[in-house]
Amino acid sequence: MTAATVTARKSYSTTAPAYTPAPQGKVSFSFRNVAKQFGGKAVLQGINLDVYEGQFVAVIGKSGCGKSTLLRLLAGLDKPTSGEIVTGVLEDDQKRTRIMFQEPRLLPWARVAANVGVGLTGIEKGETARKKSLEILAEVGLADRGGEWPSVLSGGQRQRVALARALVGHPSILALDEPLGALDALTRIEMQQLLERIWLAKKFTAVLVTHDVAEAVSLADRVVVIDSGRIALDLAIPVERPRRHASPELAFFERQILDQLYNR
Amino acid sequence: MSRALRSIGRSTLGWLLPALLLAGWEGASRAGLIPANVLPAPSAVGEAFWKLLLSGELIENIRISTLRALSGFLVGGSIGFALGLANGLSALSRELTDTTLQMIRNIPHLALIPLVILWFGIDEEAKLFLVALGVFFPIYVNTLLGIQGVDPQLVEMGRIYGMSRTQLFVRVILPGALPSIFVGLRYALGIMWLTLIVAETISASSGLGYMAMQAREFLLIDVVVLSILIYALLGKLADSLARFLERISLQWHPAFQTV
Ligand SMILES: Nc1ncnc2c1ncn2[C@@H]1O[C@H](COP(=O)(O)OP(=O)(O)O)[C@@H](O)[C@H]1O
Ligand SMILES: [Mg+2]
Repeated sequence: MTAATVTARKSYSTTAPAYTPAPQGKVSFSFRNVAKQFGGKAVLQGINLDVYEGQFVAVIGKSGCGKSTLLRLLAGLDKPTSGEIVTGVLEDDQKRTRIMFQEPRLLPWARVAANVGVGLTGIEKGETARKKSLEILAEVGLADRGGEWPSVLSGGQRQRVALARALVGHPSILALDEPLGALDALTRIEMQQLLERIWLAKKFTAVLVTHDVAEAVSLADRVVVIDSGRIALDLAIPVERPRRHASPELAFFERQILDQLYNR
Repeated sequence: MSRALRSIGRSTLGWLLPALLLAGWEGASRAGLIPANVLPAPSAVGEAFWKLLLSGELIENIRISTLRALSGFLVGGSIGFALGLANGLSALSRELTDTTLQMIRNIPHLALIPLVILWFGIDEEAKLFLVALGVFFPIYVNTLLGIQGVDPQLVEMGRIYGMSRTQLFVRVILPGALPSIFVGLRYALGIMWLTLIVAETISASSGLGYMAMQAREFLLIDVVVLSILIYALLGKLADSLARFLERISLQWHPAFQTV
């Protein structure tokens, strides 16, 4: 495993598709030799990762390999057992890192706009908060739905509300834990396009955990594969946007990732 | 339009059977099929109602009973609610008191009547105590259950977005517990009337239960039946009020959405 990591890290700096940071890119966050254990069981170990501002990183790996744990560490929901996580935004980084889950986690008793307003807790109140909530709802394609109860929305719409809530406070880092995992295939593609469009417009750092390799290569600048708690592959996807689903270029990267995942 | 008509029709439909029963009862009484000393005719009950209403006796007794019910409910309900909240929110408080409360809960509160009479005589305190005790447990248990049942993922979400403890309580925990609290409320209202009926029947010098017991002594069976009917009506009224509050505060709940 260690060997695989080493080669992967090497290819990162030498071979063609390796990731090279943008010339004057500032670091958004860094994991420095981070390890996480739960009751003596090592879930993550030796994680070193520098992500640049505005980068779109996809994290991929088999179920139970520690992807969610990685995101929870990034969002400050858990503390690493050893090592440290440095985020560029120092003082109010908690405010500026948002996390989105597979479940939308909307408050069923609050109207859609009020749910988005939760994202402005401690930032904005009252009429301004409401105005901003409605604006961001329009951006995710839910203009006019602010007055509805979450229970009347479809799964994809609920996830858009959750996205709006995460974005309304202008986070510098958005962590996404399989946010499209529960959606049907067509809604997924729509949501991927929406996510890309909004990321391009807002320029936040995006960290997307997914189990869908095609989704990872079609959205990300860089794909990180985690295996047994370590980074097994760190691959740049230097493909122009807009990208076409299932294009040969993307398929090339997709194969590389699959080979790594199944040790072929 | 047609939907409104249909809903009116449906609610009328529910009253059809009681009306038929009443008519049948009246008919049977008039025909002498039901002896008047077993069950008086509805018209006789109506007459008793009118007489007691005019004398002011009925209103006074209803007022006293309602006051007793509500004050007992207020005392028992607020203690139950407060303890339910405390034990739902604080593990320390729960460990300290829950076992004891669950033990006391196993005593049927009406079994305490002899003891309560020894303690308080037949004064107001006796009734207040019994109603409060009866109301306490459904409110306590359901408040506690409601808070413990709040989706932890939502609580985590609230924390992530930087809600303070108060905000978390007001915006996430309390609304999440509300459906269960309403279950407790409606159950408690039922127990409230039941307890009061029993307490007033056994030991009181005023109130609806007392009125019924006195009428029994004078063989005024129409007044006895009247008291029973009024108890039923008051119970129904309390339940409707609770349902109404429930519908207003749980608008978000798919079960209460009428679209
Ligand atoms: N709070 C926790 N306590 C104990 N074990 C945990 C906890 N969270 C995650 N784990 C364990 O850590 C491993 C990785 O979990 P997770 O990060 O959720 O995986 P993934 O998201 O990649 O599927 C799993 O084996 C899981 O059982
Ligand atoms: Mg996971």
